[in-house]
Amino acid sequence: MSDHKKVDEHSGTETTHHEWDGIQELDTPMPRWWINIMYLTIIWSIGYVILMPAIPLLNGYTKGVLNFSDRDRVAVAVEKMHADRSARSQELANSSISQIINDDGLYEFAVQQGKTLFGDNCETCHGAGGQGVVGYPNLNDQVWIWGGSFDDIKYTITYGIRAEHDETRFGTMAAYGRDEILEPEQIDDLVQHVLNISGQQSDASAAARGAALFAENCAACHGVEGKGTRENGAPDLTDTDWLYGGTPEVIHETIFNGRNGVMPNWNERLSADQIMALSVYVHNELGGGE
Amino acid sequence: MPINPTIIKRANGAILPIGIICVLGFIWAVLVASRGVDPVIKPHAYMYIFAFALAIFALVYGIMQNKFVYNPYEYDDGVIKAGVIATIFWGIAGMTVGVLIAFQLAYPQIMDATGLSWLNFGRLRPLHTSGVIFGFGGNALIATSFYTVQRTCRTRLAGGMWPWFVFWGWQLVLVIAGTGYLMGITHGQEYAEPEWYVDIWITIVWVAYLAVFMMTLAKRKEKHIYVSNWFYLSFIVTIAMLHIVNNVALPVDWLGAKSYSLAAGVQNAMTQWWYGHNAVGFFLTTGFLGMMYYFIPKRAERPVYSYRLSIVHFWTVIFIYIWAGPHHLHYTALPQWTQTLGMVFSVMLWMPSWGGMINGLMTLSGAWDKLRTDPVLRLLAVSVAFYGMATFEGPLMAVRYVNALSHYTDWTIGHVHAGALGWNGMVTFGALYCMVPWLWKKKDLYSLRMVEWHFWLSTIGIIFYITAMWVSGIMQGLMWRAYTDLGFLEYSFIETVKAMHPYYVIRAIGGTLYLLGMFVMAYNAWQTIKGRGDAYSLTEDAPAARKPAVDAIPELALGE
Repeated sequence: MSDHKKVDEHSGTETTHHEWDGIQELDTPMPRWWINIMYLTIIWSIGYVILMPAIPLLNGYTKGVLNFSDRDRVAVAVEKMHADRSARSQELANSSISQIINDDGLYEFAVQQGKTLFGDNCETCHGAGGQGVVGYPNLNDQVWIWGGSFDDIKYTITYGIRAEHDETRFGTMAAYGRDEILEPEQIDDLVQHVLNISGQQSDASAAARGAALFAENCAACHGVEGKGTRENGAPDLTDTDWLYGGTPEVIHETIFNGRNGVMPNWNERLSADQIMALSVYVHNELGGGE
Repeated sequence: MPINPTIIKRANGAILPIGIICVLGFIWAVLVASRGVDPVIKPHAYMYIFAFALAIFALVYGIMQNKFVYNPYEYDDGVIKAGVIATIFWGIAGMTVGVLIAFQLAYPQIMDATGLSWLNFGRLRPLHTSGVIFGFGGNALIATSFYTVQRTCRTRLAGGMWPWFVFWGWQLVLVIAGTGYLMGITHGQEYAEPEWYVDIWITIVWVAYLAVFMMTLAKRKEKHIYVSNWFYLSFIVTIAMLHIVNNVALPVDWLGAKSYSLAAGVQNAMTQWWYGHNAVGFFLTTGFLGMMYYFIPKRAERPVYSYRLSIVHFWTVIFIYIWAGPHHLHYTALPQWTQTLGMVFSVMLWMPSWGGMINGLMTLSGAWDKLRTDPVLRLLAVSVAFYGMATFEGPLMAVRYVNALSHYTDWTIGHVHAGALGWNGMVTFGALYCMVPWLWKKKDLYSLRMVEWHFWLSTIGIIFYITAMWVSGIMQGLMWRAYTDLGFLEYSFIETVKAMHPYYVIRAIGGTLYLLGMFVMAYNAWQTIKGRGDAYSLTEDAPAARKPAVDAIPELALGE
């Protein structure tokens, strides 16, 4: 450490006369702009603290000159939203689908609300835009397991499928292999039959044996020709649309372990006007409604 | 004064307490291994057993072989060399996991975690954050603070074996914490995820670190304490306080992993973000400012710009930072008055933080031309620029009205990485490139051209990263708050996620470039240590080989 006066050649500034491992420090004054902006932020902060809720007290806190509260503001805004919407919502809940379609304003109200509700509640399973995921039907196409009319869709949303509600839609695809209803070879034959009626390559003799088994075990729900029945929620097996997949492996899995997907009943989560809005959205906007 | 410069000192004092700590830890670990109440703690018990057994063996072996001796005329550089290697190791490990999870976010299907639950984003993410903050950053801070405090105090590290205890203790912390995240052990508090039995070990290691640092300062041979050491000390002291308060918890069982925090609900959230914010403030800011204040003037060979500025911005930073935590909880259950205080303290923090930037950049005046030729100095300078950017962005985002848009979006992630990659990463790279030849007594680095490559890889990587996150974060925030004219939300959550995909890809590419730079540095450091290229060994007593003051050892001056 050296204690005599030293001036840095480059800047012409005096050093602080200390040195650590060759490092010296200049005695440059603090930049004026730096201090001034710091004072400004402090003054601004004091102002903000005076205006807004800020200082804790023994019982409560200073409310600030503006007496501002975000929570109160949100409560007011939510109340206003409900008030603004209530007439429309009531109208929606009490209208029929044809009335809604013929009233442009009401239809727009239903669709916008329906889209939001669909995003918040349905997209998790049915995918963004309702394009479907394995096990969760596509809502854009013409294929409807339980019916695609407005009333069918509304019923499904209201009471769900295999849900915890007495009115829920119910049908069972039994586990023919796991529950030993059929022999393994019989299941293999059935798979060949399903491949055959869905227009895929299959073993002709196995498919013929499978046809007899189909008539005995499956036709009650899926129909003699395998075209499906909506009252049982049994899908059409002759088209190219598959809920779980149409490869031999997946069909085998479906017959062996059964399928019993669940859709919750929404009547306890959503209000009548919301279910109406959601039904309009699914039926008229997603594209597949009948 | 007749002094024998090859005198050998024994480091016996530290061995007994370290031994006792290891034996107690060993006994607890054996109890857990044999009667632990849950399956996940048992692997940790075995790790503790292994580590403590190894330590006890090393202590006994060292005593028998007379290994614990040192020359008080030399700086304690062994532990710093280990720290440099550990910094690079954890940097690569932590950043590799970061790149992995960045791709996982962009392409969730590439890592289907069915059956491999430890590949879950939720488990890998804390591994990444702890790996880079506590592994890379922590080792860098321990190593550079030990380096700086010795040189600027002209005295050897205090405590004999204790610095080594700090080093190995910290590595044990990292291994136990990291493997715990993968097994699903978490305390559920960000950056404080380790459970109680790791927290206690962290406390022991950290208090030892504090003691070594303080005792070294206490026996300094300089009249004044250099500014770096103020910053390092504030970092060590505050982290000790934050860590202990935030982790006060009651274990469900003393032989089990799970514990519950003392504070609950919003009080717990507030304590957590008081901790979380000041982990950024004192771990990633003041600690690294300590690094900056030594390595920039040293490398630029220029005096520090303003002593007065360093004093004022030091005290304002540490006073104001500690109050700013509530800005992490804007628009939550936290009372609004608390949010107000968090916000105004964050705004007032802007200039104090910038004091460090001004001092860092202005110290380069008179050495600007070196930025063209010396990529190491350029890394240090650019790190300070990123520091300035991040410390402006922080107060901005802490303003409630800005936060209403930015909160929970990728903007926050971009902000953190501007600071972490730009500031913490690059200042550490600069410091490592300085220290490697200095510590291993080489003339220069193996290759300055490789440093050039590292500089550009990281700079371009950061730019990819933060611009992608700005766009994606602001877009995300705007989409979340978009309403239709009838007052319904315009976008569903999944639509916002879909919209972010391209930016996630760009982010992952940016991270990959940055990681590549790490590998370039690792190779360059390795070749330098091996003495290849320009890194030939120094023969004469170069500045790098400087030793502590002979009069630094008063007992020797008395004629030992």
